[in-house]
Amino acid sequence: MIKTAVTTALLAQLALFTAAAQADEAPAHGKALYKIYCTQCHGVNGNGKGVNAAFMPIQPRDHTDSAEMGARTDADLFKAIKEGGKAVNKSVLMPNWGANLSDDDIQALVAYLRELCCKAN
Amino acid sequence: MSELRSVYGALLLVLCAPLAAHADAAATVREQCASCHAIDKPDYAALGFAERGERKGPPLYYAGNKFNAEWLEAWLQKPVRIRPAGVVPSAHVRATPEGDVVDPSTLSEHPALSAGDAAAVTQWLMQLRPFDERIAAQNYEPGQIAMRMGQMNFSKFKGCDACHRDSPERGGESGPELHTAWNRLQPAFIASYIADPLFWDPHTMMPRSGLVDAEVHKLADYLKALQETQP
Repeated sequence: MIKTAVTTALLAQLALFTAAAQADEAPAHGKALYKIYCTQCHGVNGNGKGVNAAFMPIQPRDHTDSAEMGARTDADLFKAIKEGGKAVNKSVLMPNWGANLSDDDIQALVAYLRELCCKAN
Repeated sequence: MSELRSVYGALLLVLCAPLAAHADAAATVREQCASCHAIDKPDYAALGFAERGERKGPPLYYAGNKFNAEWLEAWLQKPVRIRPAGVVPSAHVRATPEGDVVDPSTLSEHPALSAGDAAAVTQWLMQLRPFDERIAAQNYEPGQIAMRMGQMNFSKFKGCDACHRDSPERGGESGPELHTAWNRLQPAFIASYIADPLFWDPHTMMPRSGLVDAEVHKLADYLKALQETQP
């Protein structure tokens, strides 16, 4: 009986630890993906001034703007990345990344966006 | 007898010459190209996204399904930059107060090959055709599109110009320029890549947009029109 309780407690600890570790890893994985897939439009500093932005009729979102980003839920951001700008009534210039990236990858990007917009400010 | 032997020898030499040239080209490609280009299909799943971030040149293991041989041979002798911001744009860009700009000092030039090497390497690369079936399955018949309509479709409706240039002065810099694409690439490859870039490159930075055939063909026709209207 005691043994079972101890095992359960240990397993619960382990699950918490794993979840925490995954939460720590998500922004780092998101950062790596952001560098490859997002910086060309959203900028190497995430300020919306990417190398492609100068040629666009609509400026890419400034991910360091905490007011703008704070007005969007994680679900909003996830949908915009997965399904593209058109799906959230924004520009067609933001493509749908759902085929290139898995849901976990997109979650990691959302976690990194939260760091970019709000932790630094 | 000795005459016969020398005829036989000469015949053997003639027959083996292409093989020797082939082997030389293979060695040249393995020595000179493989440090930047994938000559064999990478294990994308095992390498993960880091592969894309560290890539130095486009994969060449399906070169024969991709390139126009004539263009490839000429380009190898006189290479001109196709990707304005390099293969990994974030590695060649620096932030300025006005916005990010390409830092040309970080971009390296592609080596130029002699005419003989270019011909041999092209011949060798063009036999790399692992995706013949995919190419054969394409139903794209090159057609005509009015320039204005094509341009509007390319930019406003499909947003391709976010990453690609359709003229030396217009469009994004992160993707390969497309104003010479029709010269470079086989029509069926163009259609196939637009429809499903991930089939060709699991780590491509091009999204799979879910376009229907007619939409794909319209974009491909625009690339054709771009080439035809160039001076």
